[in-house]
Amino acid sequence: MLMISPRMASGMQEKQYTPSLLSFFIYNPKFGPREGEEEKKILFYHPIEIEKNEKIRNVGLCEAIVQFTRTFSPTNPAKSLHTQKNRQFFHEAEENYWMVMVVRNPMVEKPNKDGKPPTVEYQEEEIIVSNLFNGTFSRAFEAGGVELLTQKLEKFFYRYLQTLHLQSCDLLDVFGGISFFPLDKMTYLKIQSFVNRVEESLSLVKYTAFLYNDQLIWSGLEQDDMRILYKYLTTSLFPRHSEPELAGRDSPLRPEVAGNLLHYGRFLTGPANLKDPDAKFRFPRIFVNTEDSYEELHLIVYKAMTAAVCFMVNAAVDLNREFCEQLDSLVGPQLTLLASDICEQFNINRRISGPEKEPQFKFIYFNHMNLAEKSTIHMRKTASVSLTSVHPDLMKILGDINCDFARVNEDEEIIVKAMTDYWVVGKKSDQRELYVILNQKNANLIEVNEEVKRLCATQFNNIFFLD
Amino acid sequence: MSDEYYLELSENPVQFENASSVNNVFFDEANKQVFAVRSGGATGVVVKGPDDKSSVAFRMDDKGEVKCIKFSLGNKILAVQRTTKSVVLPDKRTLKLLKSQSINVNWYMYCPETAVLLLSTTVQGNVLQPFAFKSATVSKMSKFEIELPAVPKPAKLSLSERDIAVATIYDQLYVMYLKHHSRSTNSPGAEVVLYHLPREGTCRKTHVLKLNTTGKFALNVVDNLVVVHHQSSQTSLIYDIKLRELDGALNVHQPVLPARSINPYKIHLTGPAAAPSQAPVPCELYSSSWSVFQPDIIISASEGYLWYLQVKLQPTLNLLQDKGKLMDFLLRRRDCKMVILSVCSLMLTGGDKGNLSVVATVFDKLNQVYKEYLDAEQAYTAAMESGPSRSSTSYKRPVRTQAVIDQSDMYTHVLSDFTEKKGVKHKFIIAVLMEYIRSLNQFQIPVQHYLYELVIKTLVQHNLFYMLHQFLQYHVLSDSKPLACLLLSLESTYPPAHQLSLDMLKRLSTANDEIVEVLLSKQQVLGALRFIRSVGAHDNVSARKFLDAARQTNDTMLFYTIFRFFEQRNMRLRGNPGFSQGEHCEEHVAYFKQVFGENALMKQATA
Repeated sequence: MLMISPRMASGMQEKQYTPSLLSFFIYNPKFGPREGEEEKKILFYHPIEIEKNEKIRNVGLCEAIVQFTRTFSPTNPAKSLHTQKNRQFFHEAEENYWMVMVVRNPMVEKPNKDGKPPTVEYQEEEIIVSNLFNGTFSRAFEAGGVELLTQKLEKFFYRYLQTLHLQSCDLLDVFGGISFFPLDKMTYLKIQSFVNRVEESLSLVKYTAFLYNDQLIWSGLEQDDMRILYKYLTTSLFPRHSEPELAGRDSPLRPEVAGNLLHYGRFLTGPANLKDPDAKFRFPRIFVNTEDSYEELHLIVYKAMTAAVCFMVNAAVDLNREFCEQLDSLVGPQLTLLASDICEQFNINRRISGPEKEPQFKFIYFNHMNLAEKSTIHMRKTASVSLTSVHPDLMKILGDINCDFARVNEDEEIIVKAMTDYWVVGKKSDQRELYVILNQKNANLIEVNEEVKRLCATQFNNIFFLD
Repeated sequence: MSDEYYLELSENPVQFENASSVNNVFFDEANKQVFAVRSGGATGVVVKGPDDKSSVAFRMDDKGEVKCIKFSLGNKILAVQRTTKSVVLPDKRTLKLLKSQSINVNWYMYCPETAVLLLSTTVQGNVLQPFAFKSATVSKMSKFEIELPAVPKPAKLSLSERDIAVATIYDQLYVMYLKHHSRSTNSPGAEVVLYHLPREGTCRKTHVLKLNTTGKFALNVVDNLVVVHHQSSQTSLIYDIKLRELDGALNVHQPVLPARSINPYKIHLTGPAAAPSQAPVPCELYSSSWSVFQPDIIISASEGYLWYLQVKLQPTLNLLQDKGKLMDFLLRRRDCKMVILSVCSLMLTGGDKGNLSVVATVFDKLNQVYKEYLDAEQAYTAAMESGPSRSSTSYKRPVRTQAVIDQSDMYTHVLSDFTEKKGVKHKFIIAVLMEYIRSLNQFQIPVQHYLYELVIKTLVQHNLFYMLHQFLQYHVLSDSKPLACLLLSLESTYPPAHQLSLDMLKRLSTANDEIVEVLLSKQQVLGALRFIRSVGAHDNVSARKFLDAARQTNDTMLFYTIFRFFEQRNMRLRGNPGFSQGEHCEEHVAYFKQVFGENALMKQATA
């Protein structure tokens, strides 16, 4: 990992307003079509303290904008509205269910064209995350009417919005990708074997996902569901549990009374301590395959050292102490062993490839096909902020290049010379995107091009990436 | 029940005239010949060997009761013993004394297979002196002592030749001692104690077979298994000295399988009393008139039969529940292949819980043997290639035993049927295939393409494309051209297969032509050209192929670019931008002129 270079901080004297969330609301125009019943339309409104009439006014305005733009493009109404102070995003999550997000524009007191925050794509993913935990809106409505729906939305978004840190959003958040843990074939097969055996022994388990060091290794879920689950795990669940780990709660071996193997396994969801007689065996519920079969599942997240496994069990089944103990005694020792295997193997591989292969470049890579992302720009993500090692202005350029790429279908390459001696290169080949930031003072275009070619040859020689 | 008999008598026994008051029967262990001597030889001697060709019939004068009669190897010389102290060779021959040893001998035992002679010495008879015969030399091996269950007082002969047998097990010579149960020790039953007799070095007690019962026993060795017949219960037990028991430093063995009788055997009555159509009658097994010889011979003198004892492997499937142990057992047997494969098939369709770990164990055991064979084969090939320089050590080509179960065996007899089977959950099918691939990888055996194909077929059948994608991402399915082509064919149902395939072709680095074809078929003409230039092969590609593809896009600017590229190439290679005759680009030149005008053609540099 690269460290933040001290030079970076020097240019940040100006007063800045970072993008921030002003309001977020969900409404359904069908729920209060008559005059005087407008309030019924509103299913959720953040911040909650806002006066009722203002809420109604804002919702009405959005409704009007959407209706108005529909006259120009019936199938494709407005998606966002940019004003001097803020920007509004409209998203129809399901038919007639609208989500609106109002973001304050970033401002810098300095003659500088203020750019759009790279949060455009943000909304969509949010919906899906909500789907993961709530199922679709209409399902909830069918099941329990407006009240249930509002309750659910409040419960979810109240928590979710707190995990949203718009000021630190960047290109990676736009991609919403998955970081895969690099692993040799044999260790990977061992993990396969482990997953298959556990699923066989615990027949209740329907799907399994395996992560190491907050990176994905195996997903039994389909890609779209995994993407959301991954987002939830890495931005919400894992960060919440990382502090006790750092504090060394894991360090003493937990001796098992029954003479079992010692192991480090523990539940991240469900019972915090199996020995506790009052332990609760309640797990978060998630919704997957919402497109077709619509499944509701318990999410059991079990962790041993840096290896975390998600077991997903049909929500109709009641999970009890017995099941959790069985899982603990079966998975705990095996996972502990596997985790140390992976660690060892990873270290061996790193030793073989040598430190000189460590990337000298700052880059972000994303593959739309398998959602694989890789970044040497980002420090480890923490609960609240994602630390990057480059100036926000450069990150903004990356966002702009990404927007340009999104507009055309063909392979492209964009090279930008930034104000601060930096070169920013964006390349798009088939479904892949690569962004490189180079710091070479007197380099010319040809040299930059050569440099990027060299990077591709060393870092991406095993994929088909046109140069 | 009938599939529980794991021992049987051979189908084609050697038949001879049964022993009676006028007919004496002798057996020669060295030549495996039965001698039926009628009336002291006057009315005929019939010699029957293991095969029909070795049968001989002759007469000789009756010069008194025959005590023993044998042929030399090759039926050249007949020796007859009529008194305790003389042997007669009917033809006048001379014998030469090669070596003499003077030892007090109680009894002797000779093992023809290994040419080792055992002499019982000392008063108690329990110190055995072995001699090894090799061509014309006799060498004295180191003597050893058999531990008696109790030392008699006063000392007397306590070791009988009936309790000693010599046999080769797993290519090693063993002296087997039937140690009867003694009241003085606390052992619950009799034991067979095996003393390993190496060609050089000292003889050591190595294995103890627990019989867990008492009574009269007889020993055979079949397929490297020690078979112990127990007369009073009319059952037999088998022991495999290579099957490791968990307890104890000394190899103490329990029977591999529960005690069972030899498979019931029926004999056709012959002779004047038997009517031709008479049904065969059951033969009395474990009869007191049976004689048992090493390694695998059972003779019933009263009925006139010589059988070879055989092991049937199929019944072991049901008798040995521990599949790992069963595999260990089967892998050491001679005719094991089909039985092992049927164990595999049964194990996959049996549907027991916790099956996958058993499957893994079995695969690992099979692949261990497979890998050992591959290594031996490779070492042999390497030795052959390195030439005669090292011919001092003659390399023997490794023998491929039936226990070598390779990927093609597994595919043909087990896996392909299993994946087709109705009612098996696809999750299990995939888990089994991955387990097999895991095991092969663990033993560093390269996986054959058809296994990958099977995995892909199964995944595609159940729409598990994301799973397939992940496997490819971690290179679980190794790169190959056929696999890349297979992926290309999946593109219509799973678009990402295109990217996966191109990546694989790129990694192979021998598939540049294929990559160009794929890109051109996608009308990515420029991409194809950039690629071929990046690998430095752009001077050798067909211009026509690219121009054809460019024309098809109906993108005139693209066509212009491609055309200009090849004009420049022509210039560089031949000093002239025009296309040569052999390139067949006339049609494209004409089209270029038509669209862009003659003047747009590249001019020859005026130099």
